[in-house]
Amino acid sequence: MIINQEQIRELAAQGKRLDGRELQEYRSPIKVDLNISWTAEGSSQVQIGETVVMAGVKLSLEKPYNDTPDEGGIMINSELTPLSSSEYESGPPGIKSIELARVIDRGIREAKAIDMKKLCITPGEKAWFVTVDIITINDAGNLFDTAGIAVLAALKTAHYPVVNSETGAINYKEKTDQSLPLTKEPVSVTVYKVNGKFLVDPTIQEEKSADARLTIASDKKGTISAIQKGGDAPLSLEETDAMIQIALEKATYLRKELNKFVN
Amino acid sequence: MSQVLINERDIVIPGQVLAEGLDYLPGENTYRKDDKIFANVLGITSLPGRVVKVTPLSGPYTPKVGDKIIGQVGDILMSGWRIGTGTAYTAVLNVKDASSRFIKSGEDLSRILAIGDYAVVKITKVTSQNLIDLTMREPGLRRINGGRIMKINSHKVPRVIGKKASMINLIKDNTGCDITVGQNGLVWLRGSAEGEILAEKAIKLIEQKSHEEGLTDKMEKFLHENKGNIVVDKKFRREEGEESQSEESFSEEDQ
Repeated sequence: MIINQEQIRELAAQGKRLDGRELQEYRSPIKVDLNISWTAEGSSQVQIGETVVMAGVKLSLEKPYNDTPDEGGIMINSELTPLSSSEYESGPPGIKSIELARVIDRGIREAKAIDMKKLCITPGEKAWFVTVDIITINDAGNLFDTAGIAVLAALKTAHYPVVNSETGAINYKEKTDQSLPLTKEPVSVTVYKVNGKFLVDPTIQEEKSADARLTIASDKKGTISAIQKGGDAPLSLEETDAMIQIALEKATYLRKELNKFVN
Repeated sequence: MSQVLINERDIVIPGQVLAEGLDYLPGENTYRKDDKIFANVLGITSLPGRVVKVTPLSGPYTPKVGDKIIGQVGDILMSGWRIGTGTAYTAVLNVKDASSRFIKSGEDLSRILAIGDYAVVKITKVTSQNLIDLTMREPGLRRINGGRIMKINSHKVPRVIGKKASMINLIKDNTGCDITVGQNGLVWLRGSAEGEILAEKAIKLIEQKSHEEGLTDKMEKFLHENKGNIVVDKKFRREEGEESQSEESFSEEDQ
């Protein structure tokens, strides 16, 4: 028995939650700290309730991939640090950490949020590659949404470093005022199905009591760029529709919260 | 010439000299070296008579005989259950101590307590090697079903219960919840959804403000302000007399 699982499922059926929140209510405060690291080109720390996630953006010049000689690239990694939960251990990334990174990566990549062509400097030779690191500080549930906002905030604040025009060397200590070519701002919202009801922003206990989850990344216009399903229970077409509606609605809310801190 | 160097309810750090001279006695969490008494932990001092004691502010729970605790079943053994106590040491509940009814050999033990279940149990024996024996054969001791479980710092348990269980009764009366506090810091609440939320908030508040004085009055105010439209329904409260007796063993003196 997972702690309080029975109670969570029972309350969910009545449309209630263990901590008294509405089913589709995020925890407060939602807090975004920007530029928390001076070594990264862009960084942020996002807090939703007690969950805290850090994200950092590094830029480097590399040779483009052979199949896309005129494009740069993006790579997102995540680390679930042992300090964020007693369940995580150091060492090679586990399945949860890989999934987190891939879901966030897909949301950004498939939305074509960064104009990859603008990252290219000399086709076939030199292009900017964006590396994003997600580091969890405290896992109190809903890492997906928190990490999604953290990565977006970090990308929005990222500025190119100064490149020496003669030698081509990057001076990471100085930043230009040119920011990344962000065309869209995908926000991902994870909707959980618990005992037939849908809820967002779960606590750890709620995450563990859930039947299924659906992470939906969407941009400002409501265009969906990525969907990831998790959990054991199947979802019907109607349920998926309902979850997407909730996700789009909540994405607007999260975007509004984020925009209080970044423009 | 003996003298005590601290006041009642001072916060002291490990290694701090609490008293000099042989007229004072080292109590809990203190030790004597030469003619001085030192603190062993970070905590609050108390001076009952000539004894110098320190009540720790945090740290793990130490199992003691007679403590009522809430444990989780970790494994089913040949003739009993292994129960997690929330400490580094697990405890064993033997079948003969699990029920007043006779349990036949070969009976399915998971029907009484399954792996993952929580139970209110009492510690009957702690050996020097920290092997812990439990019993579930007293009134009020049983398997937990329904309600919710929360965790608090085990050192704040006496404050949550209060003098002669005054604090816990105050919360029970105002929220209509049945509340069982385990000495290991696990608390079992059962009541209406709103009642449970308020009770959980109240207990967290006590944990936070445990060092403040006049806490019962503050809690009374808090509960009245936040009570809202919670209907105090006695259906969750246990029958008077049946188990309320066991609450007495809980009530430790207010710090």
